[in-house]
Amino acid sequence: MTSPEQADRPRCFQDVILRLQSYWAATGCAILQPYDMEVGAGTFHPATTLRSLGTRPWAAAYVQPSRRPTDGRYGENPNRLQHYYQYQVIIKPSPPNLQELYLGSLKAIGLDPLVHDVRFVEDDWESPTLGAWGLGWEVWCDGMEVSQFTYFQQVGGHDCRPVSGELTYGLERLAMYVLGVEHVMDMPFNAPDAPIPLTYGDVFRQTEREYSRWNFEVADTEMLFQHFKDAEAECARILDAPAQDSAGRQIPMAHPAYDQAIKASHIFNLLDARGVISVTERQAYIGRVRALAKACADLFATTEAATGTNAGDAA
Amino acid sequence: MDLLIELFSEEIPARMQPRAREDLKRLITDGLVDAGLTYASAGAFSTPRRLALAVEGLTAESKPVREERKGPRTDAPEKAIEGFLRSTGLTLDQLERRAEKKGEVFFAVIEKPGRKAADIVAEVLDATIRDFPWPKSMRWGSGSLRWVRPLHSIIAILSDEGGAQVVPLTVDGIEAGDTTRGHRFMAPDAFRVTGFDDYAAKLRRARVMLDPAEREAAIRQEAANLAFARGWEIMPDEGLMTELAGLVEWPVPLMGVIEQRFLDLPPEVLQTSMKEHQKFLSARNPKTGRIEGYVTVANIETPDHGATILAGNQRVLAARLSDAAFFWENDLREARAGMESWKEGLKAVTFHAKLGSQADRVERIAALAREIAPAVNADQDQVEQAARIAKLDLRSAMVGEFPELQGTMGRYYAQAAGLPDAVADAARDHYSPLGPSDEVPSAPVSVAVALADKLDTLTGFWAIDEKPTGSKDPFALRRAALGVIRLVLGNGVRLNLSKTVGSQIAFLFSQLQMRGFEEQVVSLDALPDDIATDARMRIEARMVPSDPESGVQGLGRHEKWGAQTTSDLLSFLHDRLKVHLRDQGIRHDVIDAVLAMPGSDDLTLVVRRATALNGMLASEDGPNLLQGLKRAANILAQAEEKDGVEYSFGADPKFAETDEERALFAALDAAEPKIAAAMQAEDFPAAMSAIAALRAPIDAFFEAVQVNTDNQVVRRNRLNLLSRIREAGRLIADFGKVEG
Repeated sequence: MTSPEQADRPRCFQDVILRLQSYWAATGCAILQPYDMEVGAGTFHPATTLRSLGTRPWAAAYVQPSRRPTDGRYGENPNRLQHYYQYQVIIKPSPPNLQELYLGSLKAIGLDPLVHDVRFVEDDWESPTLGAWGLGWEVWCDGMEVSQFTYFQQVGGHDCRPVSGELTYGLERLAMYVLGVEHVMDMPFNAPDAPIPLTYGDVFRQTEREYSRWNFEVADTEMLFQHFKDAEAECARILDAPAQDSAGRQIPMAHPAYDQAIKASHIFNLLDARGVISVTERQAYIGRVRALAKACADLFATTEAATGTNAGDAA
Repeated sequence: MDLLIELFSEEIPARMQPRAREDLKRLITDGLVDAGLTYASAGAFSTPRRLALAVEGLTAESKPVREERKGPRTDAPEKAIEGFLRSTGLTLDQLERRAEKKGEVFFAVIEKPGRKAADIVAEVLDATIRDFPWPKSMRWGSGSLRWVRPLHSIIAILSDEGGAQVVPLTVDGIEAGDTTRGHRFMAPDAFRVTGFDDYAAKLRRARVMLDPAEREAAIRQEAANLAFARGWEIMPDEGLMTELAGLVEWPVPLMGVIEQRFLDLPPEVLQTSMKEHQKFLSARNPKTGRIEGYVTVANIETPDHGATILAGNQRVLAARLSDAAFFWENDLREARAGMESWKEGLKAVTFHAKLGSQADRVERIAALAREIAPAVNADQDQVEQAARIAKLDLRSAMVGEFPELQGTMGRYYAQAAGLPDAVADAARDHYSPLGPSDEVPSAPVSVAVALADKLDTLTGFWAIDEKPTGSKDPFALRRAALGVIRLVLGNGVRLNLSKTVGSQIAFLFSQLQMRGFEEQVVSLDALPDDIATDARMRIEARMVPSDPESGVQGLGRHEKWGAQTTSDLLSFLHDRLKVHLRDQGIRHDVIDAVLAMPGSDDLTLVVRRATALNGMLASEDGPNLLQGLKRAANILAQAEEKDGVEYSFGADPKFAETDEERALFAALDAAEPKIAAAMQAEDFPAAMSAIAALRAPIDAFFEAVQVNTDNQVVRRNRLNLLSRIREAGRLIADFGKVEG
């Protein structure tokens, strides 16, 4: 028996992504592209971290490739990847119907809450590296966590006023559930009846193997330690630069500095995967990244307050 | 009148709901009563999306209050009169003038008319919402209000025979009304209500069971029915049951079956995995003794009767249990191979920066457990073996995933490694007792390792001066101390704690110094001989031979070997003992009286003495004997202070002048050897009856005899006789510390 729900189901991974893009575009979000740097989660995209600061309204949605070197399993684990995709929605101020909007997105990808058991289960979010926290839930669908739902309270040590609502979907896991696939590598990436049908494995199996090896065994730790220091130093240097440029224009540089903070964070993750950071050092490194992120947030907030425009926009 | 309040929000965490119901009821009813209203009854309810309160029999308005305040005299300086006007909020012509003895005085008569219930409710509810004591709260959107999650609507209605009336109130842009919504998916539309009965009935039609107790009962009943149908039973888990009731508005329990391939997992693993990750209740098949099924509680009735939901849950469970099975099989392989890599791994796990790694800790526990073994009749080699493997499961994948399975997994892995049952059981039981009601291990090997584990924790944190202060006890040292006490008392263990603790702390100081954490140094000679000897042996036995710098001679430089730290830890243990025994009905002053005696570091002995003394003091002779002993001690103390000598020897019956004196001599002659012998034999009840036999002769003596007579020979003799009473008492306890 084919229910209407099954008839309208996405057929492949990219279909899930495309439907989310159309859905959030229809609600009025700006559909951004991924940030062009290595990050551990969609939250690191400046469209979320920095734009959640200040008072100007903001609404964006985007796919963000995310790297978690310690989660690499050489492409063998059915659920774990060192490179995966998150879908991120950020709306400021959080609208009163954000839960309904979110539930609409589940319907759009074929999860009808009248057939499934959708639940909002307490889960407070905290990012020690970003100096950020918020309250919200993990959303369960039939006992599986399909999204994180967070009302940002603080970012980079700043109180969020107004509060942003943030939604994060783990795309592979969500799509596997919708598509009924057991192993991520078996998931159809494009339409199964396309002239050249591709699975997730066709696209990523080899890269998972290669990066897992590099992350765990090969990455040059001396060089990474140095890169960490370099990023840290460059971040500080950018932040310390006078706000006026050589032509006397007022151009503080929160975004370039924040890039260096992101870089330091990712290098720390790589060093962690190489197992060269002890338990005690861990906290110290996280503290150093947080200090960078906070300093960038400070500068972004003051720039934003001073200009009254969306700081950093290309003019 | 009746009052209905509903605070409708996004999903409230289940764990916060019970406390929030209590807080809502308390804050509102207290506020109403403080403002002069009375009510008959109140009940609070919650679902994931709402907090509700029903108050019945509320008075329609508060009673008017008339307040009179006396002010300054009418001829007082202008400033004084102005001040009075300011403080009362009245104008001069509103004041009354009254003639008093000292002249004419201003009076302010303030009439506070009765206030309508609606006004009071609005005020109290506004304050309650703004100051609600959520453990964590948040802002949302552009608002400034804080609530546990975004607050969407407020019902506040007062109703009587005449009908219902909305309480006028707006909190941060949310206007109170009489409207709510039903189940998020099954009945999402708004509807109006007129009072609590109407509210509860309409909610039920809208697929919301308002009362959490009813939801919990429904889950319990339906889960039991589903299990019964298969001949299974639900594993009890009260905490999970309550949490489940807080996660749904309309509970729909669904039963699932665990796939055959997972049934060989240990039941604790199945139960923990299903509970932690998915909040499933476990169902046990009594015929096989295994957990074979589960109940998940959905929040919705679906056209396919939960088939899709169950299928989804089943998939998630299979993925979770596949992980668990993978961990279990890998761990078993490692266990069968001897757990060497786990041993190695413990070196990399820091226990505490100053106290070294888990591997260092295991070394210390093993040595300590070996020393304790004879005191609990355990085989020393087995105890040491148990101590060495007890923490290995911390490195297993399963405990990495589920920390609460520590010990439980240790036992399985020790069994897989082919170790004796006593050793495997110790791996599981050496963490016990954890809470005050947790069972105390009784198997000798388990007791030895459990004691060593806790004593190592206590001595370790004492040595680095990380003691509990006030309410802060981050390393759970009070719990460890209670664990030691319950292990010792529960098994009648005879352990000289000051020796064990003292030599261990001295050893720890040597370790700390070697690692460069401890700089104060003197000599082991500062310690009592037996402790110094023990400590020296311990230090020698565990010294790293390749490190010539750390030879025992080098340690001669240590300034202090923790004598102060040791006595500090012992008095901490004594304090915990007092708390423990007080709960068992033994008075703290009785324990103090016993603790003042030698041997107070043998807790089993202390408790047996205290119990016997407690019983004796509660007996018919007790209070009088205590008075007699105290009177003797007081008279002696005064005479000794006055005369500057100690009366302790030489009482002679030949100077006795009265029968009562002679009788007391005879009674003491009879009692003293009995008390001494009984104390020697640790037969404390016998010692107590022996000293109780002195009660009548002492009473008679004080009745008939004047101690301080003019005849100095007779007086001295009597004082020396009293000292025999004092000594007899001292054989048993320091009666001076007993109250009464």
